[in-house]
Amino acid sequence: MEASRRSEAGGAPRGIERSETGGGDPDGSAGGAGGSAPRGIDQVEIRKVAKRYGSERALASVSLDLAAGSMCALLGHNGAGKTTLLGIVSTLVRPSAGSVAYRSRGSALTGVAVRREIGMLAHASMCYGELTARENLALIAALYEIDGSAAVLDGVLDRVGLDRKARDRAARTYSRGMLQRLALARALLTRPSLLLLDEPFTGLDRDGALALGEQLGQLRDAGAIVVVVTHDLEAIAGRTDHVAILRRGQLVFEERGAYTYEQLKDVYHHHAN
Amino acid sequence: MSLARRREPAPTGAGAGAGAGAGGRVSSLVRHAARIAWKDLRIELRSREILYTMAFFGALLVVIFAIAFPLDMRAVRGSLPGMLWTAIAFTGTIGLGRAFDRERENDTMRALLLAPVPRLAVFLGKAIATALMVLAVAVICAPLLAVFLNVALFAHPLPLVLIVVLGAIGVAVTGSVFAATLLKVRSRDVLLPVILYPLLIPLFGAGTKCTAALIADPANLEGAWYWIQFLGIYDAAFLVVSVWIFESLVIE
Repeated sequence: MEASRRSEAGGAPRGIERSETGGGDPDGSAGGAGGSAPRGIDQVEIRKVAKRYGSERALASVSLDLAAGSMCALLGHNGAGKTTLLGIVSTLVRPSAGSVAYRSRGSALTGVAVRREIGMLAHASMCYGELTARENLALIAALYEIDGSAAVLDGVLDRVGLDRKARDRAARTYSRGMLQRLALARALLTRPSLLLLDEPFTGLDRDGALALGEQLGQLRDAGAIVVVVTHDLEAIAGRTDHVAILRRGQLVFEERGAYTYEQLKDVYHHHAN
Repeated sequence: MSLARRREPAPTGAGAGAGAGAGGRVSSLVRHAARIAWKDLRIELRSREILYTMAFFGALLVVIFAIAFPLDMRAVRGSLPGMLWTAIAFTGTIGLGRAFDRERENDTMRALLLAPVPRLAVFLGKAIATALMVLAVAVICAPLLAVFLNVALFAHPLPLVLIVVLGAIGVAVTGSVFAATLLKVRSRDVLLPVILYPLLIPLFGAGTKCTAALIADPANLEGAWYWIQFLGIYDAAFLVVSVWIFESLVIE
């Protein structure tokens, strides 16, 4: 089934302003214009991406453009291929066919330069249970070679609302909601220009889910590309400006524009089933 | 919202040529590998889960060997090298499996592979931490064997330390590749030794021969150095192969 498309809203993708850039990246490259340093991913081009696991088809020829300053809601039933597509965009899953191109101001980014710009929130917390919240974030700061001072770590933990008393406790003692907040802090710490979130509202109470939705909106407004895989349409209603629906590995709907909860529910039920 | 962040400066300018680029890559690789290894060791020092299990199992093996084998010096001299390297093989597999299981529990391997570090650094970091744990267990098992079986195992300490260090590196390097590959396989606990041990046969053979040469009366130092060189070549070959295939094996 062909994906229905509307004209793009929002105009040209914009770069993300940073004080310094990832020029120290030895493995990544930014080809093209003038050899200027990369300024974050401002465009992702997914072209005819397919993925098979043995004889099982997870994705079939999916093409999608993601632009800076947008929030794409990737919807579909369980097994539709959303997580696989997120995995491919995150560079952790190799597509069986097709390609994903990452651009920064027209220049192609590859390898480490791409990974530096990606923040990911997956089903699992991706945090070490034996380490405290601060230690988990300090490890990420060290691997990304960004400021890992106590003030910065506490700042991001404050933003996600992780209880101050819990920050020096081993993460294995956390509740599901606290782990989700820590995982979000890990994803936000590196100030990614491409944020991939797989069911980010799971385990959060209503206030937490609303606060997260607000934060994602702020990130989008700051110029990041936000991709959210979720079944919680209420949490993203009014914030998402790009909806893509997958069904049995195929992109069956794609449209840009603001959506109310009712509109989201309608398109979801119409296309995902 | 400002997305400004601090980063280390890039090696730019006229002096930053191809040599500086390669130097930067190696330095970044070593730096990140050390960070990942230290992370593993830090977690282990806190939980002491892997090390205690390995050490207890290693000590148990030594006790079983001491009870099971007759205290005949000739027989002991012939079988002690095999006992030492069997202990290293078994405890090494336990350590490898658990070290990578830990990365599976909260999908932290994904966080490591997503980080902007050479993926090779992830492999090297895990291998370094595993090698150090295998060495720690060898440090416990070797003196225990010497005491229980009354053999002068440390008559030539330098070649013995060298062969054990090379053995630990070999187990860790070869094992880390397969442990990482089997991370998402359900029967990984069974598959890891089944896949790994055949590849480690030359390593255990060299370790056993070298140790036997060192405790022989008189010691055959020339023979021992031959096996040390053999193990050095084995480690180098498997390191090259592992470095080459690691990324393609861990990316789905």
